[in-house]
Order: sequence, then structure tokens, then C-alpha cells
Amino acid sequence: MTHPYIPNAEPGVRADMLAAIGAASVEEFYAAIPAGLRLDRPLDLPAPMASEHELVAHMRGLLARNTDTTEALSFLGHGCYPHHVPAVCDEVNGRSEFLTAYAGEPYEDHGRFQAMFEYVSMMAELLEMDVVNVPTYDGYQASGTAIRMAARYTGRSKVLVSGAVSAEKMSKLRDFLAHDIEIVVAPVGAGGEIGEVEIDETFAAIYLETPNVYGVVETRGRELADLAHGVGALLVVSADPISLGVLAPPAAYGADIACGDIQSLGMHQSYGGGHAGYIATRDEERLVAEFPSRLFGIAPTAVPGEYGFGDVFYDRTSFAHREEGKEWVGTAAALWGITAGVYLALMGPEGMRELGETVLARTRYAMDRLAAAGARVLHPDAVHFREFAIEVPSAGELLAALRGRGIFGGVRLDDRTLLVCVTERHSKDDIDRLAAAVQEELS
Amino acid sequence: MSGHSGESFAELPVAPKPPLRRFHQARWDEPIIFEQSRPGRRGIAVPAAGVPAVELPESVRRAEPPKLPEMAQLHVLRHYVRLSQENLGVDQAIAVGQGTCTMKYSPKVNDRFVNDPKVAELHPLQPDDTVQGVLEVYWRMERMLAEISGMHRVSLQPASGSAAIYANIAMIRAYHASRGEGRQRDQVITTMFSHPSNAACAKTAGYEVITLMPDENGYPDIEALRAAVGPRTAALMITNPEDTGIFNPRIEEFVSLVHEAGGLACYDQANANGLLGITRAADAGFDLCHFNLHKTFSTPHACGGPAAGACGVSEALAPFLPGPTVEFDGAAYHLDADRPQSVGKMRPFLGVTPNVVRAYAWVMALGAEGLREVAETAVLNNNYLMHKVLRIPGASAHWDGGRVEQVRYSWQGLFEETGVHSEEIGVRAADFGVHYWTSHHPYLVPEPFTLEPTESYSQEDLDEYAAILAHVADEARRDPEYVRGAPYNQTVHKIDQTSLDDPKQWSPSWRAYTRKHLA
Repeated sequence: MTHPYIPNAEPGVRADMLAAIGAASVEEFYAAIPAGLRLDRPLDLPAPMASEHELVAHMRGLLARNTDTTEALSFLGHGCYPHHVPAVCDEVNGRSEFLTAYAGEPYEDHGRFQAMFEYVSMMAELLEMDVVNVPTYDGYQASGTAIRMAARYTGRSKVLVSGAVSAEKMSKLRDFLAHDIEIVVAPVGAGGEIGEVEIDETFAAIYLETPNVYGVVETRGRELADLAHGVGALLVVSADPISLGVLAPPAAYGADIACGDIQSLGMHQSYGGGHAGYIATRDEERLVAEFPSRLFGIAPTAVPGEYGFGDVFYDRTSFAHREEGKEWVGTAAALWGITAGVYLALMGPEGMRELGETVLARTRYAMDRLAAAGARVLHPDAVHFREFAIEVPSAGELLAALRGRGIFGGVRLDDRTLLVCVTERHSKDDIDRLAAAVQEELS
Repeated sequence: MSGHSGESFAELPVAPKPPLRRFHQARWDEPIIFEQSRPGRRGIAVPAAGVPAVELPESVRRAEPPKLPEMAQLHVLRHYVRLSQENLGVDQAIAVGQGTCTMKYSPKVNDRFVNDPKVAELHPLQPDDTVQGVLEVYWRMERMLAEISGMHRVSLQPASGSAAIYANIAMIRAYHASRGEGRQRDQVITTMFSHPSNAACAKTAGYEVITLMPDENGYPDIEALRAAVGPRTAALMITNPEDTGIFNPRIEEFVSLVHEAGGLACYDQANANGLLGITRAADAGFDLCHFNLHKTFSTPHACGGPAAGACGVSEALAPFLPGPTVEFDGAAYHLDADRPQSVGKMRPFLGVTPNVVRAYAWVMALGAEGLREVAETAVLNNNYLMHKVLRIPGASAHWDGGRVEQVRYSWQGLFEETGVHSEEIGVRAADFGVHYWTSHHPYLVPEPFTLEPTESYSQEDLDEYAAILAHVADEARRDPEYVRGAPYNQTVHKIDQTSLDDPKQWSPSWRAYTRKHLA
């Protein structure tokens, strides 16, 4: 049978095409490959599924071995968040015109350019910054690149990084900045915010996260911006955009570069497959020059009333100048940018505010309930958004016990510390159920 | 039911189709989304807190609501559906024009697997015993890619091809550092027809980049390599076939020269589609390689990602792989993060899971024989299309010799005759419903265009594509100004791009645009 994915594997077609070329067999096209490099046996792979039906049965069988977060009550976060995904987000990113297109050119893929321009424009409003990139891979990459941008901008090679960053992200930063940027880690204060910081004229930037790894909202942004600017450094702030309906955007307290992950804005958890990163700055030529990513802008066309689009300041990129461009650019996470735009358009300013208020309130409620249940809630006086840490006698034992009750209770940070995540998807009843289970297990 | 009255103006049978499709891209003349906003409208409701509100201190409270659009749900949906119609995917168009990017059919059934809650609603930090299915997919995919490449182990963590190149460089750096040669080996060698990310990622990681130019036959210059290798060589980063479509038959010598100098050889397999089951990275002696799952392994390009990369490494490099790795003890799968020499995290969590699932399902629909058929058909399609394109007056392919799965062509002849540039040919070709790409910079091949007709396209598709190019080349000869004025059948007309490079005018957001141009 001719494989359904390979139309020209049909023997008659194949013969026809070979005859047109004047070749005896496909082997002629491989003449450049030395015999010694040719694989002289078939690949040793599992037998394929002979039909779509059998493939579906095979995949269903494999995937049925997963327990997903609609089957268990999950309080897992730590960088991947269970927010509600509006149906329209899935509808749009499932459109095959978007899903199966390449990055495209401004004419035949005008729709993609406009959708991406609108995504960056809505992010720009949320962030109160004029320049936002076409998404990079994820928030880790956005942080690494934002710090490198600050280093290039200032010509300096040291960065003060908040200690309230996940170990995994710190691992990425240490590798990505390894050869020429020194990381100085700022201590975490007793209240869960960044502690006292000292920097001088050798620092390129202070890097802050809010909400940070403990879910704590940093309140000293303005002070840190002034401190950084006082020594000619930049303030780089990683902020989850979903919090910005209620929390002040980094630019409002003086941040020069904002960055973060947009998974919260309409992407499923997908076992870590829903990530994309944003980077934003003010519209200053020297800062814009440091973006490695593509930037899309409006351009006029030959016809009045038509919006055209194109690449802003393309000459920065590795597409234009290979190793002389800024870092590198390539296929990253465009469709998640389009999806985040759909999400922000659905939510509007009021939706973003209401969602923020719900998450703030339920996070506080969960903190109070777990404290009452006998867990020691860390940083109880700080403002928390979506996450908080609790200390228990044994994190592993508590998680295992909750697991037995159909609850993924949180992410284990160390032997005694758990990180609990609450979003608008967690009802009051869900939180009460967790608290009751924790109380029973701890007593 | 009413009868059909009135005078007849057309006759049966319907006439045959003209030789070229009378395409017109959707033109909804759609306003920017902000122009469709009306205060108070909403696209979706949010659960109310139901518990006491939290009062935020002023230092962290947002002062002004964000100026996001306010729209009803239908109107958000309609706007984006219209924009999607103004876009061309593989599902609509003959996508052979984006050479190097391996645009192929992404089977619809694979999308179903990833939209299933059993993938979409999995959190990446769930206990291992609740994700055995997805871990098995990762494990099996790793083993299949290890067989396809001949490498010892494979990491599916990188988010894309370029991210995989970077991950390979990070491993190369860690390997040399572990041997006390980290500082000494500060140069990476690549070739001009390898993807620019090989050079750019190496530079980002701190390496001096040496780029080998092609020799008179189009192969990377082996004499230049001989002159470049030495105690400072960390690695060779090379594509083969290169973006010209030419397979370098002396690749083993390239690898040996680098090995003799103590460097590592890293194979960018972005162009692997013609080689599946034909030849393998390990057999040429490579220490590392990478695949793009969104190219060779069929996951959709999604307007430019999410993608997925896979890094294959030899046994000597395996300790440096990004973590965690997926391990199988014969009964169950688990994650191993206890890897002291690992380069650490390249991205959050394990990888771009939906694309790993899709790629796995694709391989399972083909098997060994099917993959070989993919490769042979991609190569047949390429040689067939080349045969047709080279018959178009004004089109050429630099350097003799065969091509594998793609060709970097040139319109130099046509340009000299008509003054019409390759970009302009591409814009006009789009009027017939196809996409077309020139090449990366610099344009070493003058007036370049790069076609890669993967196994997904039929002979009829290739005939149609070649006929479009022939028609546009003919137009250029007859009426160059008409071609330069294109597009005519697109969503918008010719774009004046000059403002995009002017800091005073450029508008990378609606916010910037309204401030600069509407204030």
C-alpha cells in the first residue's frame, strides 16, 4: 500500500518521475554519500501501526497510563500554572492556517503578522512599555536574554540576581551567562522578599522576580530601580503577565527591561509544553538594538487605509549577520504569542483585574486555611499571588499521603518545604478539601 | 422552491481550469483589534473570589487599568478567524518554498493526542508514577532517535533547532572544561552554508567563530579546515547536506581532522529529511548531533514555534546532557536529576511535550521502511523539481553535482536580463497561493531562492509550483515593472518598509504607533 503520508511513493508515480529526470533509480541521487557511510541494514525500529485506527489505539493505551490534573486535585505550580484556558484560545491556535504555517512573509501570511503585532501591542499595554518581542522559547530564556541585553547595554559583566528564583531557572542562567557574566546572588529577606542589596558601578543590572519563587510580591521595586540607576545599572524584572491586571507593571516602578513567561495567558500545562517568553523595553534605540528576537511593526502600503507589517530593525539579528547579530534568532514559540493575544482580548482590562483579585483572595484564603490546619505558612505577612510556601515535618510524607487522597498537594522545595499553587480554577471547596486533608495528616 | 428563470449566460460543460490557479488571498480589510473596542464589553467571565478580598498596598497596586481591547466573545473569535484566513499553512498551500525548513504534512490525528487532557492537562512536576504514559513516549522517542542517528543518548529538552544547537555547544564547553581544556579551546568552526545559528549560538556561548567558505565545487573548503584546526579548536559545527542541498562526501575527513586536533564534531541535522535510514551521524564519527522535530519529524511549524529539538550524543558526552533524563529500570520510568556533570536546564521541565508526542506518533505511523520511503521520496521530489526549475530560463543552481533534499537556486540570469530581484519574484509567486523564500544572509549565491519539496507533495503539486515560477519569470521578462508592483492578489498591497528601520517612525506596538503617529 502507498503510505497515506507519501503520495509519490506510489510505484507508477515514482517510475514516471524517475523517467522524467532520466534517472534509473533513487540510488543515483545518493551517489555523493560514500559507501562506507551508508547504513547497510534497515533501521531497528518498532513495527509501525498499519492504520490510523491502530495508531489511535496504541497512543490511547500509552496515554491512559497518565493521571491528569482534571482527575486529581492539583496544587502544582512552580513555573507551570493551571489557569483556565478559554475555548476560543484553543479554537484559534487550532486553526490549521496558523498551526501549519511557517514564519512566513508579510504578504501571504499577513494574518500571522497582524495577530503577532496585536499580541505584542496588548502586552505593551499590560506592561506599559512600547517594545515587546515576538516570543522567545520560555521565561527562562527571556530572563537570560534580558540580563545579556543589560550587560551589552551597559558594557558591564556582573548581575545581581534575586535569590528568590527557582533552582531550575538559576541553573539555566548559570549556563547561559557562564562565560562572561558573573552572577551575584542577593539574599532572600526574612519576609520572603529580596533582602538587602549592595551594588556598585561594575554591575550591569539587578534582576528581580515578582511574584517570586515563593509567590511573594516584591514591594521595593522603586527603591531597587533607584539603586540600580544610581550606579548606571538597569533594573530587570521578571513578572508573570497574568498578575498585571492588579499588580503594578515593572515599568511603573522604574524597571528598564521586563521579561517572563506567558504560559499563564491561555496555554495548557501540557507537561511543560505551553511555555513562551516575553521581553519588553521602552522605545529607546540603544535598548531596542539589543533585542535578539524579531520585532514586528506597522508599515503603510500603497493603498490608503491598509495596515502592512514587517520586521523592525532587522539588522540586529543573526538572520542578518550570523555571529555578528545579537545572540541568535530562530523558530521559537510564535503560536503561543498569538494565543496569549487572544486571551488578553477576551479578558480585557476588567477580566484581568477580576482574575487578579480572585487569585489574590484565594491565595490568602488558602494560606489562612493551611495555617489553621497546622502547617507553618512561610512569609505570612507578605502579599502573595498564586503561590506560597509551607513548612511541614516531612514534605515527602505529606505529599504521599495527599496523593492517596487524590490530591497533588504541592511542589517539594526541600525536605520540609512545599510550594502550594492556587488559581481561579481552585474553588473554595477545593481549598477546604486540601486543608482538611492536611489537617488530618498532620495531626 | 422557485424555478430558475432568466436568460442563460454560460454553457455546460464547465470549461477546463486554466493552467494556473486563479488564487486570491482572503482580504477582510480587518482593523487592528484596538479599533474594535467598546468600553464595557467582555469576551469571557472569570470566577468571582467567593472569599474575602485582599487589599493591596499602594506600592504594588496597578494605578491605571491596562488599555486592552473590550470585545464580546464572537467578535474576538471572528477577528482571529479572519486573520487566520489571511495566512497560508501547509494544509492549504504547496509549501515547498521554505527550503531548509522541511515543511511537511503534520497528520491531523497527532493533534488529537496532544489536545487530549491526558497530555494537555498534565503538570510537569506530577509524581513519576502518574505520568508513566508520557515518560514512556519520551523514552521510546529517545531510543528511536538514538537508532536513527546511531548516537548513544538523546535529550528531547531543547525548545527548537537553534536551542538544540546551543545545548550542544553547552555540552561541548562542559566536556572541554572537564578535561581542563575549557580556556584553551576557544574557537568553533562552522561553514557558510550551515544555518546561521551554528555561528550565532557559538558566539553567544563565548566562542570565536571561524567560518569556512565553499570551495570551487561548493563543498566547504577542506584546506581552510586544515588551516583552522588546532589546540584552540573546541568543535566543528556543520550541516550536511548544507543549505545548498549538496552532500559533502569528505565529511569523515572533516570529522577526523577535528578529532586529531582534540576537538569535537557536531552535526546539525536540520537537513536530515533525505537521509533517514540512509546514513547516520555516528557512522561518520560525530560526537553530537541534533534534529528538529518540527522539520524532519513532522510537528507543525505553528507560525514559528513552538518547535522542538533533539540532541544526540556519544557515550563520552552523555554525562553532560541537560537534566533531568528519563530512565527505565525494566518496569517503570523515572526522571533522573542527579547528574553532577550535566549542563543543567536548557528550558523549563522536560521538553516541548506536545511535539514529542506528535513526533513519536509520526514515527510509529511509518516505521523503518516508512522512514526510508520518506527520505527517498523527499530526494526524488527534490531532483524532480530541480529538473523542472532548471528548465526555466534565468534559473540556475550554482555548482554541478547532485543535490539531496533541497536546492539553493539562483535567479542571477533572470536578474541580469530583467533587473527583477529574487524577493520580487517571490512576492509575485505568492499571488498564485504559494510561499517562497530566498536564503539566509549573506547572499553568497546571488539572487537566491531555496526550495525543499518534502515527501508530502505530489507530482502534480511540484508541476504546479514549477509552472508558477516559470510564469512569473516569463512575466518578469515581458513586464518587469508589473512584477515589481506585486502583490496583486494578497490581503494587502505593496508595503513601504522604510519606516521600519527609522527609530523616529518605527512602531513595534500599537502603543508606539499611536504615540508617534496619531498624537
